[in-house]
Amino acid sequence: MEDLLSARLQMAISLGFHIIFACIGMVMPFLMAFSHWKWLQTNKDEYLHLTKTWSKGVAIFFATGAVSGTVLSFELGLLWPGFMEHAGPIFGMPFSWEGTAFFIEAIALGLFLYGWNKINKWVHWATGVVVGISGVASGIFVVAANAWMNSPSGFDWVNGQAINIDPVAAMFNDAWFSQALHMTLAAFVSTSFAVAGIHAFLLLKHPGHSLHQRAMKIALTFGAITALLQPLSGDISAKDVAVRQPAKLAAMEALFKTSKPADLVIGGLPNVEQQRVDYAIHLPRFLSFLAHGDFNAEVKGLDSIPRDEWPPVVVVHVAFQIMVAAGMAMALIGLVFLFFAWKKKHLLFHKTFLTIVALATPLGFIAVEAGWTVTEVGRQPWILYGIMRTSDAVSPMSGLMYPMITFTILYLILAFLVTWLMARQIKVLHETYKPELQEA
Amino acid sequence: MFGIVVLFLAVSLLFYCLFGGADFGAGILEGFAGKRYRSKGRKLTYTAIGPIWEANHMWLILVVVILFMAFPKVYTVVSIHLHIPITIMLIGIVLRGCFFTFRHYDAVKDKSQRYYSWIFVLSSIISSLFLGIIAGAATLGRIDTSTTSFYEGFIYPWFNEFSFAVGIFACCIFSFLAAVYLIGETQEEELRKYLLNQALKANIVTVVAGGLVFLAAKINGFHLIDLLLSHLFSALCLLLATISLPILWIALRKRQVILPRILAGFQVLMILTAWLWLQYPAVINLQNGPDLTLFNTVAPQATIQVLGWALIVGSMLILPALYYLLRSFKFNTSAE
Repeated sequence: MEDLLSARLQMAISLGFHIIFACIGMVMPFLMAFSHWKWLQTNKDEYLHLTKTWSKGVAIFFATGAVSGTVLSFELGLLWPGFMEHAGPIFGMPFSWEGTAFFIEAIALGLFLYGWNKINKWVHWATGVVVGISGVASGIFVVAANAWMNSPSGFDWVNGQAINIDPVAAMFNDAWFSQALHMTLAAFVSTSFAVAGIHAFLLLKHPGHSLHQRAMKIALTFGAITALLQPLSGDISAKDVAVRQPAKLAAMEALFKTSKPADLVIGGLPNVEQQRVDYAIHLPRFLSFLAHGDFNAEVKGLDSIPRDEWPPVVVVHVAFQIMVAAGMAMALIGLVFLFFAWKKKHLLFHKTFLTIVALATPLGFIAVEAGWTVTEVGRQPWILYGIMRTSDAVSPMSGLMYPMITFTILYLILAFLVTWLMARQIKVLHETYKPELQEA
Repeated sequence: MFGIVVLFLAVSLLFYCLFGGADFGAGILEGFAGKRYRSKGRKLTYTAIGPIWEANHMWLILVVVILFMAFPKVYTVVSIHLHIPITIMLIGIVLRGCFFTFRHYDAVKDKSQRYYSWIFVLSSIISSLFLGIIAGAATLGRIDTSTTSFYEGFIYPWFNEFSFAVGIFACCIFSFLAAVYLIGETQEEELRKYLLNQALKANIVTVVAGGLVFLAAKINGFHLIDLLLSHLFSALCLLLATISLPILWIALRKRQVILPRILAGFQVLMILTAWLWLQYPAVINLQNGPDLTLFNTVAPQATIQVLGWALIVGSMLILPALYYLLRSFKFNTSAE
């Protein structure tokens, strides 16, 4: 296999693996802190059990996320030394802050996990909140660094060298806010829906189990609110991409020809040879509106981009459709949940609704992976948009296929083990904790 | 600001060797534990490093971030030519962290515990060994940035006696650190005696491995003794490390807790200082062309400025939190 492709695959697999753990590490602390707070307020045993059960899962996910994140900090150099030699001094600043945030997160997590009965109960609760806040902060810093690759700033590129470096301007590049907002919300949506889905599934197996009922309500509350906010953030991102990276937007929408006005293409399979999209639904003028807020605006198509600077159109378009479809489905479920919680409480744990929520378990993470694919593959062939090509940055070492295969196997094993460990946690929870008996 | 960045780089490296190293060492010790002590040792290891290993691990990330931001050429040359040992070390770090956590948090304690332990021990050894190999390869000066041969470019720099000897030395000294550290964590007389014995063994093999490093240097044509003679400060550091050994043993016999730990840490500090001073200002010795030094690879002033401030502010946030963590779990063991 070609070294460049191997390196890209290894990076994609490492990031695709890490992103799940990173999202969980960002959001679970907030769900735990909420349940923990409820326990401190009400003294109801279920909340304590729920907090402890969740925290065991978090310990496993956090450890896996921490070590897979370490791998990434090395992989930037192992795979892309040509990029890092120039980029390190420019976009290193968010990474240095991420280091601080993550350090605090690790310390706070140590205090939280091992602090039961050892430190003051409210200080203990606060350490959980600190885990969440520093987790979100480190996520935002990493995304700001990624945003710089989409929107390079804070330096001048002269004869293949970066001069006049301004790391602060690089960190606060044009894309950082829209990307960080979208990713943070995505972390909340995906983790909350996954947690709610698992508890909904368990409620189908153990109807009326009050621990799972409370868990599902907490998780879906977080999930519903963020899922409804996410389209707004997506709109900010789309308008930003339309201006900054017209090639990415054109690939997302499979818009081959610059159009005024432009139709929104929903679904379908782009045929790059023939420059058309098969089996798609067209919404007239909607792309003009979504990209520029004007039904008659011109939207740049791929024909305005040199052919050798096109991103892989099929992958980007399909990934984008998957992301939007999954996001819309979750927003709809969130809306129904909020309505039930407000007006029809008896329907919250109705079998049909539980089945739908259970089926939605992976939707959020599917959306996260698809969205990440859109932003990363959509940037190709550039590693640093408009300045450095990915093919010029790759390591000169041959045989990159072998580390790629090794890491793929490693991550597959770890993914399997983490899933298996979760199943065992749940099994033991049901064997040792019977809420009905406790209430009697 | 340059000085501050370099200081943080050195301190992060030291702390990683001290704390991360002791965590690795605990894993290695477990592998050599007799059947009788295995489960007790495991529990002790868990209570001692469980709450802090993730934080300890962050020092390595700091080293990496400082390197790629402030000394990008060092980071990229190491990444390119030591790709293979770094990858192996990373796999070790991933497996170690995961299986340590899996072992504790697996809700069902069955036969799988044995596999977790087995991988935990093995990956502790691999991580330490390859961490040492990377340090050895950076020093030995066999990295050739102009070669096109796969062997010369990616194998020869690290696959040699010297690098492996440094790797073995790292394994030994990490085990020694862990043993000295764990002695202070237990109240049980029998376990204490056993750990004292482990510490003694680790101490002996560390000294032997140290000799091995000198021998391997000679085999690989690396004039380590000459270098020491011309860098008397480094020689002095090694001497101090040796002198502090008997004091450490007396303190251990007198059942002191803090002093032996400080002395073990002091020894690592001295060995690391001796090494860094031998290297200074070079970070990576190259076979072709001038070595990569702190001065000829440094990033532009603006970068060093923001990095320096980030490190200062960051450490003001981190250090109190770290102190609180250690105080909550480390200094009040007697209260339980």
